[in-house]
Amino acid sequence: MARHDTRLTRRDALKGVAGLVLGFYLPGDAAKAQSGAARIFTPDAGAAAFAPNAFVRIGADDRVTVLIKHIEFGQGPFTGLATLVAEELDADWSKVRAEHAPSNPDLYKNLAFGMQGTGGSTAIANSYEQMRKAGATARAMLVEAAAQAWRVPAGEITVERGVLRHARTGRTGRFGQFAQAASHVPVPDNVPLKDAARFRLIGREGAVRRLDSASKANGTAQFTIDIREPDMLTVVVARPSRFGGKVVSFEAGDARAVRGVVDVKEVPSGVAVYAEGMWPALKGRERLRVTWDEAGAEKRSTDEIIEAYRELARKPGTVAGQHGDAEAALARGGRVIEAEYVFPYLAHAPMEPLDGFLHWDGQRALARLGSQLQTGDHQAIAGVLGLSPEQVRLETMLAGGSFGRRAQPTMELAVELAQVAKAIGPGRPVKLVWTREDDIRGGYYRPLFVHRLRGALRDGKIVAWANTAVGQTFLKGSPFEAMIKDGIDPLMVEGARELSYDIADFRCDVHTADVGVPTLWWRSVGHTHTGYAVECFVDELLQAAGQDPVAGRLAMMGKAPRHAGVLRAVADLARWSGPGPFNDRARGVAVVESFGSFIAQIAEVSAGGPEGPRVHRVWCAVDCGVAVNPDVIRAQMEGGIGFGLGHALFAEVELDEGRPVQGNFDTYRSLRIHEMPQVEVAIVRSAETPTGVGEPGVPPIAPAVANAMARLGLPRPRRLPMLRGLAS
Amino acid sequence: MAISIKVNGVRHSVDVDGDTPLLWVLRDALGLTGTKFGCGIAQCGACTVFLNGKPLRSCAFPIAALGDGEVTTIEGVNGRTARAVQRAWTARDVPQCGYCQSGQVMSAIALLSEVRRPTDRDIDLAMNGNICRCAAYVRIRAAIKDAARTLEG
Repeated sequence: MARHDTRLTRRDALKGVAGLVLGFYLPGDAAKAQSGAARIFTPDAGAAAFAPNAFVRIGADDRVTVLIKHIEFGQGPFTGLATLVAEELDADWSKVRAEHAPSNPDLYKNLAFGMQGTGGSTAIANSYEQMRKAGATARAMLVEAAAQAWRVPAGEITVERGVLRHARTGRTGRFGQFAQAASHVPVPDNVPLKDAARFRLIGREGAVRRLDSASKANGTAQFTIDIREPDMLTVVVARPSRFGGKVVSFEAGDARAVRGVVDVKEVPSGVAVYAEGMWPALKGRERLRVTWDEAGAEKRSTDEIIEAYRELARKPGTVAGQHGDAEAALARGGRVIEAEYVFPYLAHAPMEPLDGFLHWDGQRALARLGSQLQTGDHQAIAGVLGLSPEQVRLETMLAGGSFGRRAQPTMELAVELAQVAKAIGPGRPVKLVWTREDDIRGGYYRPLFVHRLRGALRDGKIVAWANTAVGQTFLKGSPFEAMIKDGIDPLMVEGARELSYDIADFRCDVHTADVGVPTLWWRSVGHTHTGYAVECFVDELLQAAGQDPVAGRLAMMGKAPRHAGVLRAVADLARWSGPGPFNDRARGVAVVESFGSFIAQIAEVSAGGPEGPRVHRVWCAVDCGVAVNPDVIRAQMEGGIGFGLGHALFAEVELDEGRPVQGNFDTYRSLRIHEMPQVEVAIVRSAETPTGVGEPGVPPIAPAVANAMARLGLPRPRRLPMLRGLAS
Repeated sequence: MAISIKVNGVRHSVDVDGDTPLLWVLRDALGLTGTKFGCGIAQCGACTVFLNGKPLRSCAFPIAALGDGEVTTIEGVNGRTARAVQRAWTARDVPQCGYCQSGQVMSAIALLSEVRRPTDRDIDLAMNGNICRCAAYVRIRAAIKDAARTLEG
């Protein structure tokens, strides 16, 4: 469809994931869409560019640009979504590049959410058909253009690596040669997609390389923090030391005296210092004297919160899942085992701290940031500035990690960004930057949780299981509150409310505590704690029953074939012959399904020394349906293992009378290279619809390590991080 | 005050306070944004540059202490070792989010400039000041070994 065609023709609805209707490009919305997409797309080819839909642009120079509706922060959607388009387009991968799509929920919504945003490891899953359709449609239009030019039947034209060919007449042409002509071809309906057997890129080892590697290896990749514009001010905000504190008054004379400080303003989140660069901003902030009202702030310490949770865990909560009668089964006796697990608050600590750029001229605004929920951030900025969404343009930047931090139901970063812009007034572009301390002390943590588990063994079998979880909900009061059903926030008990194991009498209940610490999803969300609690406890029960960790699990996985599949695969990969110990090393196992992907890991561990257990090797098997980019999947498993391991070993944010204790990487320890195990990954072949890999690599590693420690005769850590558990 | 500094072979005069960390001079005054801010306390290595060829955490190094030192940033690295490292980084698809990678690449170049055939322990010692929150460490190690092989061949 030509870009100037304003006829509104809704595409035939395709079924996307979660049964939502796929909103294909609406040419009638072209005028709106072009404000973002076309402006971003600045090909040498100019008007000759072929823009068949919201996702594909082809220039006269043969370059294929794929507009990516998901934020790229390392998990690979640039490469993944471009692969889907290029596959159906039969493009030459060396000519393919990716750019972030502008904020426009009509065109670029996540089909699993209904708004534009990234999370829940949904990028590939919700885009799989949509992006392939976009590529196939573009290909059909190029073929039709060539057929008309060559006066041959379209059905006789083949396409390979960006070259159209008509064998009988020996004619060939490149995409770029037909880009302009193709833009006048009507958009065809229901173009068939390739059969998987014909895939050349999807699932093919080495067929594609990441599109963003080179610019990240030479420092040219542009992140939000790198934005520099004329007259731009760098802004840092002084915030209260306790959650819920408010500004009473402030004295800014000394701050204003710092050379380079331009202004100081009160904003709802604190006091903003505006400067010509980061250093004067930081110096100015240090010299502020702010009086805070902390009457309504959370003042408990984490030890007090944990004690309160422990007490709650001894009382029955709201039932989240049950079958049979776990209490009666536990009361019948046999061998009853009880365990309590404590999980700390965790910061996401992405390498690039939170930041955002905003230029507001009074009538319009341009926001540029690593937005993970574009639609929400867009509306929040418009709301603060009193503009309509159409007066705001939001551009997504590459982000230096997120792990969930940039997806904010409260949109607090976007709101603060708009507020600091509003406070200084129109016409001054601002770049808001958080420091590492602002980040780690800034809340929105993985919530602190306590899990109490009780299980009964009879005749060597697990016959009863009861799990009481206590923690906070971050959905309540957010735009995602509708996810709370029957008083239960599903994210608190995912992975615990139903198990992959056949256990006759089962119950999982939950207490939702009211704590004034803002919390948030953190890479793999509820599975960060439920995966540990469940996989440690099942292992403890199997060990008590004298069963092998692999065989014992498999015997209970009759109704969980994909769990069993990855467990068998990882056992093969590791040449499993029992948990050991073998010499000074033992092996631990864990299997966790999250976000529709199934992951099993085996960790080989020695006791180590005062630095904690030493994890030497990890084997990982993953079943994520069709493996679109095998090497990206491996990278996400490797990274997920390192991320999960580092936090399990070292990380927590403690509160001392409500004040976060840890503030930077000296105290909020991150895994370093010498602590990274060797990792071997097996991808289980599957024809199932693809599911995500950004998060699911994380949950199994910590319980796998804990289970190996138990086989070394060490206690299974009941409280994370492990290093604290070992020390106490 | 006006301070004269030499970065990537070019001399600049910058008008900043002497306590300004080199990082913010590079990023805010000179527009060399490849060098990243991660912690501000020399803990994460995202800000790694070379001072007279040796790695330095620029976030905690005041500009007044620079003297006649010559600074090299990710924008200014070149030569056989740098090319081998950057090619290995791309061939292995090392970066995930990529934000720490300028610093990782700088530390890797520094290591291979000193040690042509680094052992795992050499890599641990040279690279453990560079945090990667994505934990791309498996590939960082492999890419350093790839680059070392290229440089030998």
